[in-house]
Amino acid sequence: MAAVLTRNIVKTFADVAAVNGISLNVPDGEFMVLLGPSGCGKTTFLRIICGLEQQTSGDLLIGGNVVNDIPPRARGVAMMFQSYGLYPHYTVRNNIAFPLRTQRVSRDEIKKKVEWASQLLGIDHLLDRRPRQLSGGERQRVALARALVREPTALLLDEPLSNLDAKLRTSARQEIKNFQQRVHLTTIHVTHDQVEAMGMGDRIAVIDHGRVRQVGTPTEIYQNPADLFVATFVGAPPMNIVTRNGGGYLGFRPENLLPRRMIEDDAATEFSFRVDRSEYLGSERIVYGVIDGYESKQPITAKLPPAHVAEDSIRPGEWHEFAVKNSALRHFDSSGRHRTRN
Amino acid sequence: MSRFVARSARETGFFLGIAFFVILAAFPFYWMVITAFKQNSDLYNIANTPFWFNEPPTLDHIKYLFSQTLFTRWLLNSLIIGLCVTAITLLTAVPAGYSLARMTSRRGEALGIFIFLTYLVPPTLLFLPLSRIIAELGLQNSMWSLVLVYPTFTIPFCSWLLMGFFKALPVEIEEAAIVDGCSLFGAFIKMAVPLSVPAILTVVIFTFTLTLQEFVYALTFVSSSDQKPITLGVSTDLIRGDVFFWGEIMAGALIAAIPVAIAYNLFLDRFIAGITGGAVK
Repeated sequence: MAAVLTRNIVKTFADVAAVNGISLNVPDGEFMVLLGPSGCGKTTFLRIICGLEQQTSGDLLIGGNVVNDIPPRARGVAMMFQSYGLYPHYTVRNNIAFPLRTQRVSRDEIKKKVEWASQLLGIDHLLDRRPRQLSGGERQRVALARALVREPTALLLDEPLSNLDAKLRTSARQEIKNFQQRVHLTTIHVTHDQVEAMGMGDRIAVIDHGRVRQVGTPTEIYQNPADLFVATFVGAPPMNIVTRNGGGYLGFRPENLLPRRMIEDDAATEFSFRVDRSEYLGSERIVYGVIDGYESKQPITAKLPPAHVAEDSIRPGEWHEFAVKNSALRHFDSSGRHRTRN
Repeated sequence: MSRFVARSARETGFFLGIAFFVILAAFPFYWMVITAFKQNSDLYNIANTPFWFNEPPTLDHIKYLFSQTLFTRWLLNSLIIGLCVTAITLLTAVPAGYSLARMTSRRGEALGIFIFLTYLVPPTLLFLPLSRIIAELGLQNSMWSLVLVYPTFTIPFCSWLLMGFFKALPVEIEEAAIVDGCSLFGAFIKMAVPLSVPAILTVVIFTFTLTLQEFVYALTFVSSSDQKPITLGVSTDLIRGDVFFWGEIMAGALIAAIPVAIAYNLFLDRFIAGITGGAVK
């Protein structure tokens, strides 16, 4: 186990910068999530850490040592691929044992460790099967066992949940997170799924166009987005962004845009909100519309608790008095960066 | 009733079509088999129906092959040439195909097509420059010249064939092996090669069959009877002047064809069934 530190990593493919200067510090034992849209460079960055790609410039430190020119096999990191990359011609037992064999660990030691890893993940009854005889969830656990068995310096996960169906994904998320906390392993998890990122990460690094936009705890990322990209990428529906008269932008989360009478605080900014469409989703009601006097590229959304709002009180086509608590307003300057005050 | 008629007409048409192609494919083989076992008096009597035995079958031709000619020697030569060429082809084409599939970007594909194009240059053009090379190396009139020359057409095609196969192999498997502690070469040997056994078998059979049936180079470079491969031996030593030893020729061809037919039937399933299932989703 070790900390992973990167200093201004750049990777260009034929003049296009896939990773454009990422500096990131992942302390020992942290669960760090790299979140970003597809093609933002997060997978390339992960591949640089494990050594499958060589960075064009910048330094990579694992456990305090610069490993720029050290081949993957000597870095001691483990990686779990999106498609798991299990060895189809090996049994589960040999799949798990493979990283130990390449390190010439003794036979008894291999046996012991394979048993330990397979019991930890509850796959000890599958050891003699081949990957094609396993279900998606079982394959994932085999891949995880293979990654862990040699006690890596860091665990890299490349969208490991994207091949699972929605139900299995929730439990697999839980499993990986529990497991990571138990063994206290430095983990870097790449995903484009914000639910996954919010639910699993100790900290999240939001990446776009090969750059880190913001690093912070899920709360920080959600409550205080550093710029418009983070504000609109995290959250479903995303943060409402409207143009301010004096230049710059004003942002507020849909759950903070409420009918005026529901806000007891006096320090609130009032809006005249015309409802165009309303969706009932069981636990909440999402209302789409426009705000008088403000411009926005997207329809403004409000997330309302359905129990508090009778259906007929929010009728499409009508103007309503809505408001946002001043403490929930976020200000951005004209270049999209967050400003602390007006 | 009319539906029944239409259906049987359709099925009859279907099976007639199949029968036509089966006969087309199998007739030469049938002709070879019956000729190999016919007595000479049966073969050369033009009053006989040629399609069946008019006199009892005989093993004379086969006996003649093994006792009066160097047939065993030719078989052995062909076998040695085939094994050597297959080994050379595998040793070069497997790494070449892998490199073309993995190591280069778009240039690799263009290079692969270019390599394949060299396969299309006919041997009737190539034997002239090649004969110079053979002479320089002092290999004229030796079957080892064929071991040297045959890979010129087996390697390009096999590299190209293997390149396609390696491309279809999920790269994650090798990358996982590299992260798990293999070198690039280790990942190639431990992952790519075992997973491409079906393609490698295809290459083995393809190469072996191609060398077994090659004629032009053998005719050009080899003239001593004891150095000839079977194709050349049968067709040159069993045609003397204008006398064709039809029975012996056909018997020789039959014996050479049987191992190939068996090999094809044994490995046909391996060609079709990949074993990569379950590696990636």
